[in-house]
Amino acid sequence: MAASNTAAPVLVLHDVSKSFGPVVALRSGSISVEEGSIHALVGENGAGKSTLVKVVAGVHRRDAGTFELDGRPVDFGSTAESKAAGVAVIYQEPTLFPDLSVTENIFMGRQPLARGRRIDRPAMHAEAERLFSRLGVKIDPRRPAEGLSIADQQIIEIAKAISLDARLLVMDEPTAALSGVEVDRLFAVARSLRDEGRALVFISHRFDEVFDLCDTVTVMRDGSYVDTRRVADTTPSDLVSLMVGRDVDELFPKVAAEIGEPVLEVRGLNRAGVFHDVDLVVRAGEIVGLAGLVGAGRSEVARAVFGVDAYDSGTVTMSGRKVRPRDPRAAIRAGMAFIPEDRRKQGLVIDASVTRNVAAVIRRSIARAGLITGAMENRAAGPWAGRLEVKTSALDMNAATMSGGNQQKVVIAKWLATNPRLLIIDEPTRGIDVGTKSEVHRLLSELAGQGLAILMISSELPEVLGMADRVLVLCEGRVTTELDRAEATPEAVMHAATHHLEDAR
Amino acid sequence: MSTPTATPTRTYAAYSAPLWRRLLVSRETAVIVLTAAVILYSLANVPNFDGPLTLKFLLQDIAPILLIALPMTLIIITGEIDLSVASIMGLSSVLLGVLHDAGMSIPTAALLALLAGLACGALNGFLIAYVGLPSLAVTIGTLALFRGIAVGLLGTTAITDFPDSWSDLATGTIGESRIPLVMIPFAVLAVGFVVLLHFSTFGRGIYEIGLNDEAARFTGVDVARTKMVLFLLSGVVSALAGIYFTLRYGSARGDNATGYELQVIAAVLLGGVSIFGGRGRLHGVLAGVVLIGVISSALRLESVTVNVTNIIVGLLLVASVILPSVLGWAGSQLPRKASADPSGPRPDKDTATAGV
Amino acid sequence: MSRTDIEREPETEVSTGEALLVEPSRLSPTRRAVTTVLRSRELSIFLVLVAVVVLATTKNNGFLFSSDGWRNFLLNPSILLLLAVGQAVVIITRNVDLSVGSTMALTAYLTGRLFVDQPNLPIIVVILACLALGAVLGLVNGVLVAYGNVPALVITLGTLYVYRGIMLTWAGSDRINAGDMPRDFLSLGTQTVLGVPVLTIVALVVLALVGYYLHTARGGRELYAIGSDPDAAVLYGLPVRRRLLAAFVLSGALAGLAGVLYTARYGTVSSSVGSGIELQAVAAAVIGGIAIFGGSGTVWGAAIGAFLLVTINRALPSLGIEDFWQRAVVGVLILGAIVLDRVLARRQARKLAESRDHA
Repeated sequence: MAASNTAAPVLVLHDVSKSFGPVVALRSGSISVEEGSIHALVGENGAGKSTLVKVVAGVHRRDAGTFELDGRPVDFGSTAESKAAGVAVIYQEPTLFPDLSVTENIFMGRQPLARGRRIDRPAMHAEAERLFSRLGVKIDPRRPAEGLSIADQQIIEIAKAISLDARLLVMDEPTAALSGVEVDRLFAVARSLRDEGRALVFISHRFDEVFDLCDTVTVMRDGSYVDTRRVADTTPSDLVSLMVGRDVDELFPKVAAEIGEPVLEVRGLNRAGVFHDVDLVVRAGEIVGLAGLVGAGRSEVARAVFGVDAYDSGTVTMSGRKVRPRDPRAAIRAGMAFIPEDRRKQGLVIDASVTRNVAAVIRRSIARAGLITGAMENRAAGPWAGRLEVKTSALDMNAATMSGGNQQKVVIAKWLATNPRLLIIDEPTRGIDVGTKSEVHRLLSELAGQGLAILMISSELPEVLGMADRVLVLCEGRVTTELDRAEATPEAVMHAATHHLEDAR
Repeated sequence: MSTPTATPTRTYAAYSAPLWRRLLVSRETAVIVLTAAVILYSLANVPNFDGPLTLKFLLQDIAPILLIALPMTLIIITGEIDLSVASIMGLSSVLLGVLHDAGMSIPTAALLALLAGLACGALNGFLIAYVGLPSLAVTIGTLALFRGIAVGLLGTTAITDFPDSWSDLATGTIGESRIPLVMIPFAVLAVGFVVLLHFSTFGRGIYEIGLNDEAARFTGVDVARTKMVLFLLSGVVSALAGIYFTLRYGSARGDNATGYELQVIAAVLLGGVSIFGGRGRLHGVLAGVVLIGVISSALRLESVTVNVTNIIVGLLLVASVILPSVLGWAGSQLPRKASADPSGPRPDKDTATAGV
Repeated sequence: MSRTDIEREPETEVSTGEALLVEPSRLSPTRRAVTTVLRSRELSIFLVLVAVVVLATTKNNGFLFSSDGWRNFLLNPSILLLLAVGQAVVIITRNVDLSVGSTMALTAYLTGRLFVDQPNLPIIVVILACLALGAVLGLVNGVLVAYGNVPALVITLGTLYVYRGIMLTWAGSDRINAGDMPRDFLSLGTQTVLGVPVLTIVALVVLALVGYYLHTARGGRELYAIGSDPDAAVLYGLPVRRRLLAAFVLSGALAGLAGVLYTARYGTVSSSVGSGIELQAVAAAVIGGIAIFGGSGTVWGAAIGAFLLVTINRALPSLGIEDFWQRAVVGVLILGAIVLDRVLARRQARKLAESRDHA
C-alpha cells in the first residue's frame, strides 16, 4: 500500500468478509486510513463499499478478517459502540426522525445538559446554528425534520457527524444530492477536519470530487479489495479500468435500433414541491435516459407517470391515448411496465416466492374467472424465470434469499411477462454484481432493438451515457436540458444537473 | 442472457421440498396436531367429554368466533385489524330485537341488521382504506361507537320475545347428529373464504398487501379497494354472528358479545397468522378457534373455572408468537441442534434469513 | 453569522402558523411560545372539555358548583388519567399496552388482600407493593416485546388474558368489601386538600413528573425518537431495548398505582375491575393527540383526553341525553380526533412541500 507519510493509520481493515445468508456482500475488504488524510473509496454499485461502511459503523458484524481502530483490534456489535469509539458515519440514506426538530435530530442521545440533567435547549439550538453556519447553510434549527429536501436531510446528517467530534468520519456518498455550492462548503469543512488531524473516508461516484478532495484512493470490485493509490499518482481512466476490470466499451453493448413512433408522451406534468412542467417523449426502440442529482425528482416523475403517485396537472399519453392518473392498473393496461428504484421495498415482494413475484402482474390474465392455483402460477412463471436465467433451486424459494442481481432478474421477468410497450426502469443496476450488470445492459439494449420504448433513470453517469439515445436532465424538479447521444458528455450532464441551483441562489 | 422471445434456457422444480414435508413442517399442522392431541386427551380423561351434548354446545359456543375469524384472518393478513366486530355483533343483535319488537318478521329484521353490519363495515373501510387512517385507532373508535349505538337504542333492557321456531332453528342440530344447524351456513362461508383467500387473484393481492403494500401497489393491486371489501365482509359476517347469538340465547341486549373481538383475534393469531400481515392460512385459524373451544369446554367439564382458560389462552398466544423468535435465536446459537428436530413448529425461515 | 442570516426579513408574507412550521426561529421567543400553545392539539381538546363543562353547568348548576359535582369532576378521571399517561408513553414508542386493565385488577385485589390479611400494614407499604407488582407485570411485557421482537399488540393481548386469569384464580369467589379495609385508607379516596381530592393530586403529580421527563430528559426524547423511526433509532445507536423496557415498566407501575387508587375510591373489588379500561386508555391518548404510530403527542394531551372521556360520561344526562349514549359519543370523539389529526398532518406536509418550492 502506498503510504503518504509517517502518520499512524486510524482505521485498518484487512480481508474482512460479510455474507447475508447465501449472498456474499463483502468478499475481502481491506482499507487503511491514516490520520490527517482523506481517503476515497470507489467502486461500482454492488462493489461492497456500503457493506464495508456498515461493518465499520457496527451495523453489521464481520464474518472474518481483522478490524483495527487506532492500532487496537475492535469488534463493534452496535452503532453505539462505534460512536463511543469515535467513529461517525454518514449513511447513504438519511436516517432522521421526522417528528422531531432538526436540532433534536443532531443531538439525540447526547444533548447538552443544564442543571438537574435537563436538556439545555438554548445551548443546543445555539450549537446547531453554529454547525449550520460552519456548513454555510440556512436551515432553521427549530423546524421539524419532516419535509426537508434530500439535500437538506443530507446536510443534517453531515452536521450530526461533525458534531460528534469523531476521530474517523465515514461519508457514504454524501454529495449525491448536493448542488455545487453545497459540495464546495462540505469540502471546505472536510479539509479543515483533515487539517485538525482527523481521518476521513469519502465514498463517491464523481471522480472530479475524488481528485479534488482526496489524498488516497482505494478501489473495490465485486466485494473485494483491488488496489490503493495516491490520488496524485493516478488518473480517472486508471481508476475506471481498476473498477470495471475490463474495457468500458465492452460494458455498454449499445445496439443500434430503429427508432419508431412516440410511445409515451408526457406534457406539462406538475406536482407542487416535487416537479414542474415536465415534458418528455419516448419513442419505440429508443432508450431515454433521465439524469439528475438524487432528489431532483427523477423517480417522482416516473412514479407519477406510472400512476403510483398523483400529479396536480398535466397529461400522460401512451400511443396517443390518455392514461388515467393515479391508477397503476390503467398504466399496465396501456402497456407500461415499471421497475422501481428500491427493489426490496417496491420492486418485489421480498418475502414471497419467485413464482408469486414473477406471476404478480400477469396473474389476472392467467386466472380463470378470477380463480387461480399455485400450479397455474408455476406454469406461467417458470418459463419467464428461465428466460432471464434466474438462479434459484426451485420456484418456491423466497426472493429474500437471492442476490441483488437475481432479484432484479425476477423483477424484470415479472414485467417482461406482461409484454409491455414501454419499460420505465429506475436505477437498473443498483446493488447488483458486475456480471449481472452487463447482462442487464445487454438485455435493455436488445429489448430496445426489438422496438420496446425504454425510459431509464440512473445515477451512474457512465450507464446513462453508454446506454441512452437521448438524455433528459432534471434539476429541482424541472427539465433543464435535453441532449442527444452525441452531445451528452459528463460535463454537459453535470452542468445541467446543477446549474439551475446556482442560478437560483 | 437470451432475448425474451427465445425459449427458456433453464427450467426449475416447482418446489424446494416434497409435498409431505411442506405439509408437515408448517405452523398450521402444529396447531392442528395440538388440537387433535387436546381432543384425544379430553376424550380419554375428561368425564362426559364424549357425552351427547358436549359437541353440540362446543360448536354452538364457538360458532360466532368461527364465523368472524374468517374475515378477520383476511384483514390481519393485509396487516390491518378490526376491533369493532363484537360491537357490530351487539348492534345487529339490538337491531334484530328492536325491529322485531316493532312488528317486523324475523327475516326482514335480520336483513336490515345485516345491512347495518354492511354499513358499519363501510364506515371502517372508508376511513381505513380511502382516508388512510390506522385501523387500530379507527376500530377502537368504532368499537365504542357501534357499541354505544347498540346500548343507546336499548339501554339496559333486553328483548326476549323471539318466536320459538327461530330459536329452535338457532339451537337445532342437523337431523339426528350432534352438529348444530349453524354449521351449515358456516361451512358455506368457510369454503367461500378459503377460495377467496387461497385460490383467487384477489387473495394473492391480500398476501402481497400484507407482505409489502408498496410493492403491491407497484404491481397494480388496488390496495384501497381490497381493504374496503374485507371490512365490508367483516361487517356483514359480524352482523350474521350477532343474529345467530341473539336467536341462540333468545335475547337481544346492547352488551351482547362484549369482548369477543379479543377472543377472535387471539384465535386468529394462535392459528398462525402474523400480526405483521402476509402470513397465515385459514385451516390453521379454524384449528385455533377449535383449540380454544375444546380447552374451555374440557375445563368446564372438569369444573375448572373460566379463569384458567383465560390463562391458558393467553399463554398459548404469547408462546405462539415468542416461540419462532426464541427458536430462531437458539438456532443461530446452536445451528446443528436446532435444525435436528423438524417436527416442532419451526422458526420462520423468512424472518430468520431476511437481512442485508 | 448565521443569526443574521436566519433572521433576515421575510421575502414573502407568511402567516404566523406557517412560519411556526417552516422557520420557527424567525418568530420572537414569546411569539413562538404563544403560537405554539395556540396551535397545539392539547389546547383544542382542552377547549372541547371546557365547552362540555360549561354546557353541562348551564343546564345544571350542580354539575360543577356543588361539593359533589366539583369533587366528582376532579376525582373520577384520576384513575383513567394514570392509565392514559402510561399508555401515552408506550404509544409514543410505537407500541401499545393492552394489559393495563388486568394489571390494575390484580393490584386492586392485592390492595384488598393485604389489608384483609395484615390489617395493620402501613398504607405506604401497600402502595409500594402495588407499584412493584405493576412494574413487574410491565417488565414481563417489556421483556417479551423488546427481546422477543414481537408486536406489543399480541403480547399485551396475551398478558391481558393471563393477568386477568391470575387475578380471578387468586381471588376465587372472594370479594373485597369496604368493611375489610382500614378507614384511613378509604378516607384517602374522599379526602381533599384545599378542595382538591388527594387522589387527583397523586395523579396530577405523576402527570407532571412524566410530562417533565418526556420534555426535558434525554431518555424522554429518545422515546419520541424510537417511535418516530425505530430503524433509524437502532442505526443511531440509541438504547432502544432499555427504553422500551422502561416504557412498559412505567405503564405497568402506573396501572398498579391505579389499582390502589381504585380500591381507595370505590372500596370494593369485584372480578370485573378494569375490564375494557385498556381501550379507554388508548382512546384517551388518541383523543389527546398521541399519534397511534408513535413519535408525537404529549402526556398533557392524553391527560386532557382522559378528563374529557370521563366528564362527557357524567355530562350527558345534564345535557338531556340518556347516558346510554355515552359510548357512542366517545366513539365519535375518537374518530373525530384521528380524522382531525390526519387533516392537520396533510396540511402540514403540503405546507412543508410548498415551502421547498419557495426556497
